[in-house]
Amino acid sequence: MKIKYDRSACQGHNRCYMLAPELFDTDDEGYAILLVDGDIPSELEEKARLAADNCPEFAIEIEE
Amino acid sequence: MTDVRPPVADWATDFDHQHPDYAANAPEIWDELRDGCPIAHTDRYGGAWFPTRHEDIATISKDVVHFSSQGVVVTEERPDIPAPMGYAPPITSDPPFHSIARGIMLKFFSPKAIDAWEPTVRETCRRLIADIKAKIDAGETTIDIASNYSQHIPVSVMADMLGLPRQDGDVFRGFIHNIMEQTGEEPPYEESMDFYLDTHVAKRRNNLGDDLISYLCQADIEGMPLLDEHVRGTIGLLIIAGIDTTWSAIGAGLWHMAQSPKDRDRWTNDPSVQPFALEEILRFYAPVTMARLIAEDIELGGCPMKAGDWALLPFPAANRDPEAFERADEFVIDRARNRHSAFGLGIHRCVGSNLARLEVRIAMEEWMDAFPNFELADPDAVTWSTGQVRGPRQLPVLFPG
Repeated sequence: MKIKYDRSACQGHNRCYMLAPELFDTDDEGYAILLVDGDIPSELEEKARLAADNCPEFAIEIEE
Repeated sequence: MTDVRPPVADWATDFDHQHPDYAANAPEIWDELRDGCPIAHTDRYGGAWFPTRHEDIATISKDVVHFSSQGVVVTEERPDIPAPMGYAPPITSDPPFHSIARGIMLKFFSPKAIDAWEPTVRETCRRLIADIKAKIDAGETTIDIASNYSQHIPVSVMADMLGLPRQDGDVFRGFIHNIMEQTGEEPPYEESMDFYLDTHVAKRRNNLGDDLISYLCQADIEGMPLLDEHVRGTIGLLIIAGIDTTWSAIGAGLWHMAQSPKDRDRWTNDPSVQPFALEEILRFYAPVTMARLIAEDIELGGCPMKAGDWALLPFPAANRDPEAFERADEFVIDRARNRHSAFGLGIHRCVGSNLARLEVRIAMEEWMDAFPNFELADPDAVTWSTGQVRGPRQLPVLFPG
């Protein structure tokens, strides 16, 4: 599983950072930073799905 | 509203979000419109549109060319706009100035910066709960927790954040009432929010601290300090947008819990559900309906929108659209997929959303810890506000002795 994050769609809602801090950090203005490059460790797949499913701007996609 | 508004003949062609019938029945009105006339219209307010589908609300929110933010509160008159920032940057600013004004605020309101305010918020909630317990001990059996709890939390936190006296809460609420509820009378300058803020900002410039007013006094745009009107407008925005809104969300969360023993038990006995419950409160009881002024003619969903018309953005209606949410009309305490738009969509996403979330979370945590079981004294005595911020304004709760 991989995460595709579209920084241009992100508006800093911070839902991903709240739900999956292992996968997302935020910059000093509150926009998301994707922490993982490449495959998501299997134990974090559920959190990756939660981050994607709760983004109001559809800025996160999961590629299985 | 102090005046009596004419009855609404038909919500699809004559809607009025400031009518008392709207306050009492908004969710039913949204559902009815979404099924029958997904973009309603009214000739009131000089012409306004009212979409109820998530898709249309998202489209308007993200189209900053046709839909200007220079008017965000629907009025009979069109605002006299000081370009480029509007009255209250960044909410009333359009691109390109918007992102400059917003960038200044985002640093102060980022999630990590806001985390530092948790002890202040918790202390505020505990102080208010202690006051309520003292009233119970003194024999009071019915207490309005809107006026004794939910209302005070954002007022007190905002006063602390701005470095203004907490006891000015009533003054803030007077300003909010004048601006949000359209009393129609412009107060003289000496009684206006502008005068209040000008006075405090002038004093603060000579005595800077680590509060938000001092931060704005020291902020710059390409080396130039912010204009006085910019500083004043932004502080005014925080008072207007940061208080009623959060008060409403906390009140609605408590209103829900007071009526749902099942959800109260789940909250208390399964703390892992709490983050989802808080987002569901924000979805199901989203307080804020924004507005835009149409800048250029555009057709949307077959509706001919004309420059100068208003477009309302009822995010709470978007949050209950069955096209966007499963079981949209049910409060699902453990809803795991929840792309709600309580804080708006697009570039104007609520700049204070991290603070609002912190306040709602701590307010619910502290209340549910103190009163894991509580019930409304009289459900019919609960009143909801009219207009663009929706929440319970009276919430009498029973404390049997």
